[in-house]
Amino acid sequence: MERKFVVNDMVIRFANVNGTGSASANDMFAKSIFRMGIPITPKNIFPSNIQGLPTWYEVRINGKGYLGRKAGIDILVGVNPQSFMRDVKSVKSGGYFIYDNSKPLHKEYIREDINYIGIPMIKLAMDNYPSARLQQLFKNIIYVGALATLIDADIDVIKSVISEQFEKKQKLIPPNFQALELGINYIKEHYDYPIDVKVEKANNVGDSILIDGNTACALGAIYAGATVMAWYPITPSTSVAKAYETYAKKLRIDKETGKKKYAFVQAEDELAAIGMVIGATWGGARAFTATSGPGVSLMNEFIGLSYFAEIPVVLINVQRGGPSTGMPTRSQQADLISSAYASHGDTKHVLLFPSNPAECFEMTAQAFDLADRLQTLIMVISDLDLGMNNHLSPPMKWDDERKYDRGKVFTEEQLENMTEKFGRYLDVDGDAIPYRTYPGTHPTKGSFFTRGTSHDEYAKYSELGEVYLRNVDRLADKWDTAKTMVPPPELYDVNDDKKSLGLVFFGTTTYAAVEAMDLLQEQNIAINSMRVKSFPFTKEVETFISEHDKIFVVEQNRDAQFRTLLINELETNPSKLIKVLNYDGTPITAQTIMSQIIGMLEPVPAELN
Amino acid sequence: MSYLKPLFHHPSLKENKVGYVKADYEGVISTLCAGCGHDSISGAIVQACYEVSLEPHRLAKLSGIGCSSKTPTYFLSNSHGFNSVHGRMPSITTGANMANKHLIYLGVSGDGDTASIGMGQFVHAIRRNLNMVYIVMNNGCYGLTKGQDSATADFGSISKTGESNPYNGIDLAGLALELGASFVGRSFSGDKSQLVPMIKAAMSHPGFALLDVISPCVTFNNNKESTKSYSHVRAHIESTSEFDFVPEEKAIEVDYAAGDSAEVELFDGSKILLSKLAPDWNPTDKFTAVNRLHEAKSNGQILTGLLYINPESKDLHSMLNTSDKAFNAMDETDLCPGSMELEKINQGLR
Ligand SMILES: Cc1ncc(C[n+]2csc(CCOP(=O)(O)OP(=O)(O)O)c2C)c(N)n1
Ligand code: SF4
Ligand SMILES: [Mg+2]
Repeated sequence: MERKFVVNDMVIRFANVNGTGSASANDMFAKSIFRMGIPITPKNIFPSNIQGLPTWYEVRINGKGYLGRKAGIDILVGVNPQSFMRDVKSVKSGGYFIYDNSKPLHKEYIREDINYIGIPMIKLAMDNYPSARLQQLFKNIIYVGALATLIDADIDVIKSVISEQFEKKQKLIPPNFQALELGINYIKEHYDYPIDVKVEKANNVGDSILIDGNTACALGAIYAGATVMAWYPITPSTSVAKAYETYAKKLRIDKETGKKKYAFVQAEDELAAIGMVIGATWGGARAFTATSGPGVSLMNEFIGLSYFAEIPVVLINVQRGGPSTGMPTRSQQADLISSAYASHGDTKHVLLFPSNPAECFEMTAQAFDLADRLQTLIMVISDLDLGMNNHLSPPMKWDDERKYDRGKVFTEEQLENMTEKFGRYLDVDGDAIPYRTYPGTHPTKGSFFTRGTSHDEYAKYSELGEVYLRNVDRLADKWDTAKTMVPPPELYDVNDDKKSLGLVFFGTTTYAAVEAMDLLQEQNIAINSMRVKSFPFTKEVETFISEHDKIFVVEQNRDAQFRTLLINELETNPSKLIKVLNYDGTPITAQTIMSQIIGMLEPVPAELN
Repeated sequence: MSYLKPLFHHPSLKENKVGYVKADYEGVISTLCAGCGHDSISGAIVQACYEVSLEPHRLAKLSGIGCSSKTPTYFLSNSHGFNSVHGRMPSITTGANMANKHLIYLGVSGDGDTASIGMGQFVHAIRRNLNMVYIVMNNGCYGLTKGQDSATADFGSISKTGESNPYNGIDLAGLALELGASFVGRSFSGDKSQLVPMIKAAMSHPGFALLDVISPCVTFNNNKESTKSYSHVRAHIESTSEFDFVPEEKAIEVDYAAGDSAEVELFDGSKILLSKLAPDWNPTDKFTAVNRLHEAKSNGQILTGLLYINPESKDLHSMLNTSDKAFNAMDETDLCPGSMELEKINQGLR
């Protein structure tokens, strides 16, 4: 009888102990699958801890290119006895549990409906490597070899990935190869292989790259000319700062003098971090910070200052699970309202919603132009899933003709030739955006006094009601100007001419939503979809919302915050906006979206039958 | 409400070397209480900038929130100013300084703004040796919120409310010394002859220069039982030395008797001359400064003058090794690595 294989469609989960070197082995495995031309979605599921606690690494392998998380584990590599019970339970019926059989598996872990593949990982490692540390490290490579053989991965590709990884530590290559072979040979000698889920070389990744969103944001900032990066460590945003520093060291050192064309300042807290950014952009540099919910909470007073005194700021907000310290190593989209309306008084802020690393790069770069153009704070709203996990992404692009848009700034010459009085908050051309000057520009013209107190067109303090109104109403007009400058939504193939059903999503919900669109189509459910890329909502968003009768709003928080923004900003009738939510800290899946939508469509309306 | 002072300049007012008269360094008319110490400090700032012939746009003035932090509107109208939020002036100044290392940054704060809400940022600006002049207009109370004791109010000092302060006061100069500040001075708003040269020297110093200036609040903390009142300060003031600042190009002709004078050369070639030095005290030796401070305190004296200067000070830009061209003058040609480099990065991620 011919065996039937499921090809290039599986979820593999590695259950490890953090701090044991498993992360790099797992990464090399995932990268090898990617090198075989098969789309992958790796996810680290890690604790807020440095050593000793359970950690998981999950890779979805999907030839069709669906990049969202998928529930149900086909193969679990369980090398952490602490989490065995949970791990065994998490395997899909008919799936595989790969474990270290150096010691026998306790019978409480035995399930009738899954397959067990024991490999004496520790024993093999002890027989072949001298020290405990090496044994632990190479145990990881042993299971990679075994797993690769079981799913028929290309061993040569894995070897080339290993060789690249240790390019600078050539001595480590032979023992890594040896460990790989130990795993391969053990499977070949003891098991029937490949198993019924396997991979096959394909050509489905095109020119894609594998990169995490935080690195892409950092590169976007470097390309956009950010010279000051002020930050305070917090998961999941820390790696934005780290990547900025790493790449700035490579790309921003003056070749002749060896001096740095950037200042990387680890601040004493988030208040100071954003204060430094405000000071730097006030001084005429491009500057940014990166943080997460607790940091944004601390920055609120300064955020109001940047709004009211009209000082550009770029803030990369990598969301994690809240409230409070919440789930610091899990992902959510739960800081939408607190970002959109951060600080006291009437304030609103421009938000950009990247959905993959290429957009993290582009939108971060764009945020600098928008911040300078609109003279206000721009937040790039990312999240832990996008920021810290590697994603299959289109390559990052830069057009060498592209010039930085520094917005309305008077130069020394312009000031010199100016006959009228300079008014820092004077709207001279009707777009509600005034001109600014940098300190030090001109000896007698263009100086002004920046303040967070109410001020007139000439930056003079005033508590007169009419002066205050002129100013805040102009800021509202500027908000309207912003609507014409932020990126419009992406509208997907319209397949519902009657415009009865709509689907709205943004950011990391996109992967699952795109897959859900296909699943719904398979069920003959016609639905039009829109991916929102920015706040304030542009005309196109408004049109889509007003044209559709029933709109599913997909997001990853409990209170449907995005839906609240739609209701609040567009005065949409709440009853037509239906919540589709996932907020347990794990990225939303297509199945979740589909089943919630179908559940809410019951009973099936006549026109869909 | 503030209003502009008449621009009319008395013809006899002398232009300084860069062609400005003293009025060019003034600001709008103060709205502080008549007699407030802060106004005298504003006057000293104007005097110092005029005398060193600073072009007004070469300086940026920044502050937090409080009566003291309002003062930057009352001096240097031709300089960019930034009245930020309560206690956070140091971070704004840090950023501004990163953007353009070629300006002088003058920060003004109050004792509430610095010693309570802003303590964290104050301490870290010192730690980074940020190149700035940091003036604390120290009145021992929160003037703007109507006179509550501040963290610099001395133990046992009695404010207008009649309550004796039960807490130990924070000595900002002592703290700055402890933290390694590279220039520490203390003065009194009523002593212009000391304050003006001290501001000049602080502006020449390449690093963090703290000037803790006692500045009585006439409205809430000027009763004679308050240790920050005019009468108390005048009665207990004691100075480390007499103090003069000599800009780089002036030859030094003053002669002091050996043993009681000292001369400190600053980074830009200017000199600080100290005469009638207190015994056992050396302005470049932190330990003697710390000892003198403690001694004065236990004798109930208020020690003023230059307390410490590190002539080898290296500021944050030197520590970070930033380029000489100011960041705010850089554009895509200086900063953007270009598409070829990006393609290389992409390639490395495949
Ligand atoms: C976040 C915040 N909290 C409280 C205040 C209210 N407030 C304004 S000024 C001030 C104290 C100022 O004292 P100080 O710095 O000593 O200045 P002074 O008025 O004495 O010169 C306070 C508490 C504020 N503006 N912001
Ligand atoms: S309240 Fe005190 S500190 Fe404020 S202006 Fe009046 S005297 Fe000065
Ligand atoms: Mg005070």
